[in-house]
Amino acid sequence: MSAALVIIAAAVGGVLCLGLLGRRGKDMDLEQWTVGGRRFGTILVFLLIAGEIYTTFTFLGGSGFAYGHGGPVFYILSYGCLVYIISYWLLPPIWRYAKHHRLITQPDFFAHKYDSPVLGILVALVGIVALIPYLVLQLKGLGIIVDAAAYGAISPTTAIWIGAAVVTVYVMVSGVRGSAWTAAVKDILILAVVLFLGIYLPIHYYGGYGAMFSAIQAAKPDFLALPPKGESAAWFDSTVLLTALGFYTWPHTFGSLFTAKEERVFRRNAAIMPIYQLILLFVFFVGFAAILKVPGLEGPAIDLSLLQLSVKTFDPWFVGVIGAAGVLTALVPGSMILMTAATLLANNIFRYMRRQATDASISMLARLLVPVVAVVSVIVTLSGGATIVALLLMGYSFVTQLFPTLIASLLPRNPVTKEGAFAGICVGVATVAAISLSHTTVATLFPSLPATFQDLNVGIIALLLNIVALGVVSALTRRKTITVQMIPELVRLGRRPASMNSPWDDPAERH
Amino acid sequence: MAFVKLLAVLPFLGILVGVPLLNRVEPLVLGMPLILAWIVLWVVLAAVIMLVVYWCDPANRVGGDSRP
Repeated sequence: MSAALVIIAAAVGGVLCLGLLGRRGKDMDLEQWTVGGRRFGTILVFLLIAGEIYTTFTFLGGSGFAYGHGGPVFYILSYGCLVYIISYWLLPPIWRYAKHHRLITQPDFFAHKYDSPVLGILVALVGIVALIPYLVLQLKGLGIIVDAAAYGAISPTTAIWIGAAVVTVYVMVSGVRGSAWTAAVKDILILAVVLFLGIYLPIHYYGGYGAMFSAIQAAKPDFLALPPKGESAAWFDSTVLLTALGFYTWPHTFGSLFTAKEERVFRRNAAIMPIYQLILLFVFFVGFAAILKVPGLEGPAIDLSLLQLSVKTFDPWFVGVIGAAGVLTALVPGSMILMTAATLLANNIFRYMRRQATDASISMLARLLVPVVAVVSVIVTLSGGATIVALLLMGYSFVTQLFPTLIASLLPRNPVTKEGAFAGICVGVATVAAISLSHTTVATLFPSLPATFQDLNVGIIALLLNIVALGVVSALTRRKTITVQMIPELVRLGRRPASMNSPWDDPAERH
Repeated sequence: MAFVKLLAVLPFLGILVGVPLLNRVEPLVLGMPLILAWIVLWVVLAAVIMLVVYWCDPANRVGGDSRP
């Protein structure tokens, strides 16, 4: 066993202990387990949300994308800057509504807003479909790290199974509290490692940043700008917009914002988070430093660039420290994703099928589903060959389809009916699925369009179709049904329509 | 306050309109490619803008709409 592996194993052991400490003395009902009893302040919410951003995606995927694609990697830094501006106005109303109605998951929110349990099920399914590639990419990262740190002694397949087992045990014992505390440890470790690598490697190999970028520019002219075709300016803008809008429609991000104690937490974070984004710069620098030093990685192998350069540069024990940071960046978000997927299945799909189920049995079922979801993800991981960034963008294309329905539901008078919401989400998701499965791009669909339009991210096309379906179906169904905005008036009149007795109703609210 | 909130539109323009216009590697600014330096500038400005918005927003004063 190499020194690197020993250090990684110790880090994993430490994290499991922290997870156990996080739950100590707490009675873990479903609300405790998933949203921490809604008692988290600015710092814990910040850590949870930051913990979800700085994942394997940024650590290995970001540096790999910088290495393999060059300039287009800057989209990651750009959307992050816009996401937090949106969050200032988007999150407080969501949080207020969720707290008032004691909602635990994202589908609860949609089902309650549109008074349609079936819409809740649809949202839960979209969330689970989008979460699987996200979990797969964390496991892929775990496999890459353990493989590199073991210097070939453990196969990536074994590494992925071990990683999945650790995440599963971790989630089953600790729930969201474990995630917040581990997120703190992980953020400090990853911050230190990324800053060190991003400063040391360019100086060690090139003498400085200017020299490094000049050398890359000389070897690969304009590699660090957006290319005229393919991942062009049109791709950049559409991808930044898509990911900025989609960021808060991830079911696990919704879950972590429910943990907040008060709504000011989000507005305060909106000012801190953009600066925190700048850590990404150093991730990019590592990927750029690798371009000329470990050349020749192609396709999915670009995700290996950070670790290959580290192995080439440092002693095994330090590769172990880097690997430990990397393993934690996969474990924390991986555990949030796994817990969210299991909760969605239990609370939003199973509960609908068996309405008499008690909270205790749902809570138990959610925990039992954790290993099931993990095994499915491992199987997907072992069969796929996509890069980390490609996996994440696919998940984003799916969850962003929830955005129009979400925004409409926050308007004072929601113009969208539940039928409209249903149609919009179905059309958007079907478009994304059709495009992803057939590997279509806008260029192959419309070969006569100007190049600018051909490079648009396909998720944007799906989003436009989604909005059209949403608008048309809402216009057709608006007058025939009791719409959401009429509910407060009906309740005031004491005439509660029969259709409102959904399983999502808060029993305390019933008269 | 309405005027201050409009500031939040600027980073969107800076990124979505500015980046395609400044899509160049050279000249290097602070050792970084021009396109990257421009994005970093807007990340910093976004934080400053949101801080100003936070301070000016009456909802964040003590006793505002934020209840425990």
